[in-house]
Amino acid sequence: MNKIANRIKDTATSVRTKIQKRGKPTLSFPLRSLSNVTYQPKRGFLQLKGKKKTRTLTVATVKTFAQTLRMMSTAKNLVEDDEIMTKREAYYVSKNWDDARFDEQPESDTVLDDIEALFEVNREQLGFIPEEKGGEIAGQLVVIDRQPDTGKPLRIDCTQFGSGAYSIPISVEHLKFETKAKFILAIETAGMFQRLVKHSYWRKANCILVSMGGVPTRACRRFIRRLADELKLPVYAFVDCDPYGMFNIYRTLKVGSGNAAHINRYFCVPNARFLGVTPQDIIDYKLPTHPLKEVDIKRAKDALKNDPFVRHYKSWQDSITQLLNMGVRAEQQAFAVHDLNYVIEHYLPEKLRAVKAFLP
Amino acid sequence: MAKAKKKAPAKARPARKKTKAAKKKVAKKTATKKAKAASKKKTKSSTKKAKAGKKTTARKAAKKSKKTAPEAARVEEPAEQAVRMTRKGRPSIPATAEDMARRQRDISVAEFFMKNRHLLGFDNPRKALLTTIKEGVDNSLDACEEGGILPEVKVIIAPCKEENRFLVTIEDNGPGILKKQIPKIFAKLLYGSKFHRLKMSRGQQGIGISAAGMYGQLTTGKPIAITSKTARNKPAHHYKLEIDAKANEPRIIADEEVEWEASRGTKVEIELEAKFQKGRQSVEEYLEQTAIANPHVALQFTTPEGEVKDYPRAAKELPAETREIKPHPYGVELGVLIKMLHDTPARTLQSFLHTDFSRVSMRVAKQICETARLYERARPTRIARQEADNLFKAINSTKIMSPPTDCLSPIGEELILAGLKKQIEADFYTAVTRPPSVYRGNPFQIEAGIAYGGSIQADGLARVLRYANRVPLLYQQSACAISKSVLSTSWRNYALQQSSGALPSGPLVIMVHMASVWVPFTSESKEAIAHYPEIIKDIRLALQECGRKLAVFLRRRRKAAESERKKAYIQKYIPHVAIALREMLDLSERQEQAMVTQLTDILERSRA
Repeated sequence: MNKIANRIKDTATSVRTKIQKRGKPTLSFPLRSLSNVTYQPKRGFLQLKGKKKTRTLTVATVKTFAQTLRMMSTAKNLVEDDEIMTKREAYYVSKNWDDARFDEQPESDTVLDDIEALFEVNREQLGFIPEEKGGEIAGQLVVIDRQPDTGKPLRIDCTQFGSGAYSIPISVEHLKFETKAKFILAIETAGMFQRLVKHSYWRKANCILVSMGGVPTRACRRFIRRLADELKLPVYAFVDCDPYGMFNIYRTLKVGSGNAAHINRYFCVPNARFLGVTPQDIIDYKLPTHPLKEVDIKRAKDALKNDPFVRHYKSWQDSITQLLNMGVRAEQQAFAVHDLNYVIEHYLPEKLRAVKAFLP
Repeated sequence: MAKAKKKAPAKARPARKKTKAAKKKVAKKTATKKAKAASKKKTKSSTKKAKAGKKTTARKAAKKSKKTAPEAARVEEPAEQAVRMTRKGRPSIPATAEDMARRQRDISVAEFFMKNRHLLGFDNPRKALLTTIKEGVDNSLDACEEGGILPEVKVIIAPCKEENRFLVTIEDNGPGILKKQIPKIFAKLLYGSKFHRLKMSRGQQGIGISAAGMYGQLTTGKPIAITSKTARNKPAHHYKLEIDAKANEPRIIADEEVEWEASRGTKVEIELEAKFQKGRQSVEEYLEQTAIANPHVALQFTTPEGEVKDYPRAAKELPAETREIKPHPYGVELGVLIKMLHDTPARTLQSFLHTDFSRVSMRVAKQICETARLYERARPTRIARQEADNLFKAINSTKIMSPPTDCLSPIGEELILAGLKKQIEADFYTAVTRPPSVYRGNPFQIEAGIAYGGSIQADGLARVLRYANRVPLLYQQSACAISKSVLSTSWRNYALQQSSGALPSGPLVIMVHMASVWVPFTSESKEAIAHYPEIIKDIRLALQECGRKLAVFLRRRRKAAESERKKAYIQKYIPHVAIALREMLDLSERQEQAMVTQLTDILERSRA
């Protein structure tokens, strides 16, 4: 942790030296846009290409510059004291800064993102924790945590939550795991997760179930990543068959997001595979559909054109094209049309028989 | 009726149903008194048709349609005999041509305007007061300027005993009016010196003041009173006049010589039903705007409450004298051309063109004749009857020099500025006088001025002051070419805010003046200028020129403010940079202070 404190100090020193030499101090950040992002399958996530933007202290930037430095100072204190702070709390702390305070939280969030990018670490390492709660777990897994007050080890058996589930904590770095499961199934909707838990699908299939609840949070992604890394388990994603499920949820899970590329290395699950629902499944299982919305079409076309991940895999391009040609989308709960437990009895077992055929 | 008789046969012949009417008429000819009485029931139109048809088509129809007539009758009976009922339920008796003829008679101009007083600006008591004062003041100013006298005009509004009744007095120091002219000028509509000439003046038609007098007479029954004196050693005449509306002639109520301390001038007193108000479109606004466009005028205004307001003179020179010009050929319509051909004393076509129009030399006149394939020595009256059309086309296809423009007397940039500064307290003033231009053969000249900032109301839209020949226009803003030009100018280019289709907003007064020998008003009450493209284009050019100057001022001012703001901004945030660095690097207070000084220095340097 002191490594980060030292890096903050180094940056501060360089600013000061520049001022003492009567020059305009600068801070340089990696450029955060899709144009500065590339996908290398070997490394397995969207990463920055290395374009940088430099913020020079001028009349126009003096306010943000001052705020960035003050936030850096706050981060240094957090790291040194091993303390944590939510983004909202950071916003309130700034209220002590007189004229340099933030008027709205989005302003302080932007500065936090800047600092995160500046040091190319995730903000959790700087002591800033996200507000959002991430994901739920059920199945063949024992999580080894610590008692918050005494620090004694605490074994949490994820099979013992009955009809409930284990909540992934905001910070997952200190957790250890034990399991006999064969794979991890990451599910988009809480509804589908509930069905699988209700019928103890994890016992039947010997797996760990994760409910992502839409786009997975950082903690959720980090948790799955650590599970996958440390237990050497494959990860299969089960999401809706629409561009949102494919690119906003699955792609983010697998290779990280485009505009937070500086931290994707911590928040990606490179060995994740796409179980379904695929466009071909719609045909094979005669699923009821809805027409693609305009935003869906736009998102799909945009992915074909700009997404480095999609552009790398021919099979994904084919799937999207197929979906666009069909002009429809289907939800993972659409299997209920055949039978409520059709998913458990037919769809998942049939799909899992041909894991190699999953989309990358 | 005569017209209808001539035309009708042609119409009647092809139409079968009319023959029916005609047939009836034949029957009527030989019929008894009873039949005659019945025919009275026919509608007005049927009578006309019947009469018309009888000469030519009656016999034919009678021969032809023995068979068809009954059929036709069945079909057309209802239309033919459509009987109108009176309210009491008895069938009404339609008028015959003879009945109608008995009612047809001359309409005097005075009677016409008595009924249509809104055409002259007397729609309501409030507007009537303003129009009365406006007409009086306009006349006074025109007279003074023509007489080479610096005008001093007094306006007094005194309340009468009756509610909503005021005595308006307008007094000037002008050249006065000859005794014998007074009755006609003040109590006969369409009598005056200004209609039959092309000269820049405030008045145009010779309706205004007599209409005001007539309005007073109509609403209070009191005559208009005039006192006038033409020289110090001559007596003052005092008249009390009424208009004989039927004859449009003055009726003299009193005619006497009085003592008047003024050395010369004219005083008009009108008692009228009116409503005195302040604010927009008020007498006060009119006088204020008059003062802006006429800085050489001294005005004094006494309100009904007895308060005296002075609008002092801001310039000692009279406006340049305006010159009367002949019409320009391009501005003449065919009908007018024919009338001129008839009326001219010239013997030949060529000399007619040369003498009755401006900018037509003998050579150009000959050229026009050649283009029209007319003999240049032809008699104008003959041309009027036969070849005016060719002549008209030839005139418009010949290149003729633009009309002279030295007949106009613009206010001038300096005096516009003086006028604006006198009445409006602002931070910035600018004015533009455009070179003269021409619409429909009439020379005109546009001037514009802008006042910005200062005490002008900052929230809300710009105020537009419209003038025609130095007279403020207060009503019908939206119908006016000036308003249209202001709206269609893109003020955003000049650092102002403007929502689409609206006036620009901000502390802004825009003044536009059109000077012309003939201002094309949209109505007799002279409230709005007609939308001639040439006029709109020139107004826009003037506004744009003003706008450019305003933009320079505004941008400079904004830049200065911006620079101030930045300086404050630097001082606000630099300490925080230093605090953060102190915290991160464990610096001392002194080191922190040094950093503030250094940083301020760096940024100040880069700003300059």
